[in-house]
Amino acid sequence: MQYKSQAVAKYYFVGAIGLFVAQILFGLVMGLQYVVGDFLFPAIPFNVARMVHTNALIVWLLMGFMGSAYYLVPEETETELYSPKLAIAMFWIFLVTAALTVLGYLFVPYAGLAQMTGNNLLPTMGREFLEQPLITKIGIVVVALAFLFNISMTMLKGRKTAISLVLLIGLWGLAIFFLFSFYNPDNLVKDKYFWWWTVHLWVEGVWELILGAILAFVLIKVTGVDREVIEKWLYMIITLTLITGIIGTGHHYYWIGTPEYWQWWGSIFSALEPIPFFAMTLFAFNMVNRRRREHPNKAATLWALGTGVMAFLGAGVWGFLHTLAPVNFYTHGTQITAAHAHMSFYGAYVMVVLTMISYAMPIMRGRAANSNRAQVMEMWSFWLMTVSMVFITLFLTAAGILQVWLQRVAVTPMSFMDTQAQLTLFYWMREVSGVVFLIGLVVYIWSFFCNSGESAKA
Amino acid sequence: MSGTFTTSTARNIFFGGTLFFALVFLALTFKNEQMLPQRDQRAQLASNPAIAAGKRVWETNQCIGCHTLLGEGAYFAPELGNVYKRRGPDFIKGWIKAQPTHAPGRRQMPQFNLTDKQLDDLVAFFKYASEINTSNWPPNIEG
Ligand code: HEM
Ligand code: HEM
Ligand SMILES: [Fe+2]
Repeated sequence: MQYKSQAVAKYYFVGAIGLFVAQILFGLVMGLQYVVGDFLFPAIPFNVARMVHTNALIVWLLMGFMGSAYYLVPEETETELYSPKLAIAMFWIFLVTAALTVLGYLFVPYAGLAQMTGNNLLPTMGREFLEQPLITKIGIVVVALAFLFNISMTMLKGRKTAISLVLLIGLWGLAIFFLFSFYNPDNLVKDKYFWWWTVHLWVEGVWELILGAILAFVLIKVTGVDREVIEKWLYMIITLTLITGIIGTGHHYYWIGTPEYWQWWGSIFSALEPIPFFAMTLFAFNMVNRRRREHPNKAATLWALGTGVMAFLGAGVWGFLHTLAPVNFYTHGTQITAAHAHMSFYGAYVMVVLTMISYAMPIMRGRAANSNRAQVMEMWSFWLMTVSMVFITLFLTAAGILQVWLQRVAVTPMSFMDTQAQLTLFYWMREVSGVVFLIGLVVYIWSFFCNSGESAKA
Repeated sequence: MSGTFTTSTARNIFFGGTLFFALVFLALTFKNEQMLPQRDQRAQLASNPAIAAGKRVWETNQCIGCHTLLGEGAYFAPELGNVYKRRGPDFIKGWIKAQPTHAPGRRQMPQFNLTDKQLDDLVAFFKYASEINTSNWPPNIEG
């Protein structure tokens, strides 16, 4: 580790992995409720499990991004972090806020939680992914601002590189677009319109800048390719991202009451969104092929390549599958959406955070790379999680196609609930794949604890 | 090649391109705001306070955690954007009051203990939602 203060990243990475486990456990609960409808009812109704699953995901990815920034920025700017103490304090505030929120979801009826936390002062709750009570949302803003202050001050006093600049723009964008979560007009159409400014402009906008910057950083480190080459690639990728992704928001404005011109704008621009993801795949493979050194951390390289491939599959291919308005008319809000949501979130954001953890964690623990045994285990976990996620996606896609057929295309359409009963087999297979995913995650965590024996020198 | 295409050229293309397309998006948003009044039932919303109250009931009971509304939300339970047209007001109120079914193995909806006023507000909200111009989505009444 070149700078002492980079070590604060460790807190964030450990916290992130802890919440990852919670996310997957609640995913499995829901997966079972899909087939055994009354499982754990009324103790944990489906909607409660879903809030924990999705909010834990978002929070752990944010922690992963923050940890990555705390590790990356000192090294890029060649200076110590502005305030390591602030970074650690914010970690604890963030973790406690997240934990209290989850406990609130689990043990207080949601209407009571809304009442207790002043939702009537400024109603923001009860919208997908933005279910957090007002005080939690404010907590997120405070933590994000303190984090941005810390990172920005570090950058101001140090070397300015393209990677750190792109990362910083992405992180500021993340905070700014979150502010739309405080805007909840009574007009349902406007509510939905601006809800997407948080959700879509995150995952298909500013988060991709964060993704690109982290990937570029790790690729420089593990391949030794010229910074100049990597930085040009990075700028090219994020340019393509934003010129397609911003107007691409229109692919959510087909059927929510917004005017019909969005069907053209949304279809055309979002159909181009896979291009930057494909460029990212080429980027990762090209850089690894042109490598100038053999980095001892094989696992990190595998994660980096995996991110390139899986982000393209999940976001690019599965996104394109349902993004054209005439297709989306039938697939909107079905298991096809869920299939895409899983592979894209995993392939892009989960994998890039795990790439960074894989690269940085051994160094923070005093070695360039983990022991061979630990790396082999980590690579096993890579394959278990990635392959099972591919199967989850395939089973949900199959369920989705059948659902669209029975409920929306057939001459005598079936009701929603009758259709669901026809999909049971696919839901069981999804649940089995989910168990394999959990095994992969256990192997992943285990790999951190088997470093006795030889390990490459730092 | 790398002589003329420098990193700072790449950066300028990034800023310029992003700015241009962000402005186009803002222009589309502006046009959107102008056209919404013909589609979003705002006159109804302004004249009937029950609709906004119903939206609050919808939100504070986290209905979106199981259902979709105009195709967005969770995929565990039926679409409710058009439930007013599919089932009508009395069925909706009766259904919510009768939950959970306790039918073994069937997906369960919780009991929310809503008052009669809350139920009426919710129905007003569903009626309003079902009259928004969604370009003929969903494909049929089953949602
Ligand atoms: C890493 C990038 C991406 C992530 C994490 C992501 C994630 C998601 C999620 C979570 C949803 C569901 C939102 C909801 O609950 O309503 C969604 C919907 C959607 N995504 Fe993506 N997405 C990504 C990229 C893309 C791309 C590149 C495309 C197009 C090429 C795309 C097309 C769509 C469409 C059309 C929908 C709406 C589905 C519907 O109508 O139900 N996505 N995405
Ligand atoms: C054991 C593995 C998993 C299982 C069984 C599982 C199951 C589920 C279920 C049942 C839902 C709710 C679908 C609905 O609304 O009806 C869901 C939603 C979601 N899950 Fe998972 N999940 C798993 C892993 C993951 C992972 C690893 C990620 C992210 C990388 C993830 C991200 C999401 C997202 C973003 C949604 C919201 C989808 C949307 O709104 O379209 N899940 N999951
Ligand atoms: Fe999108």
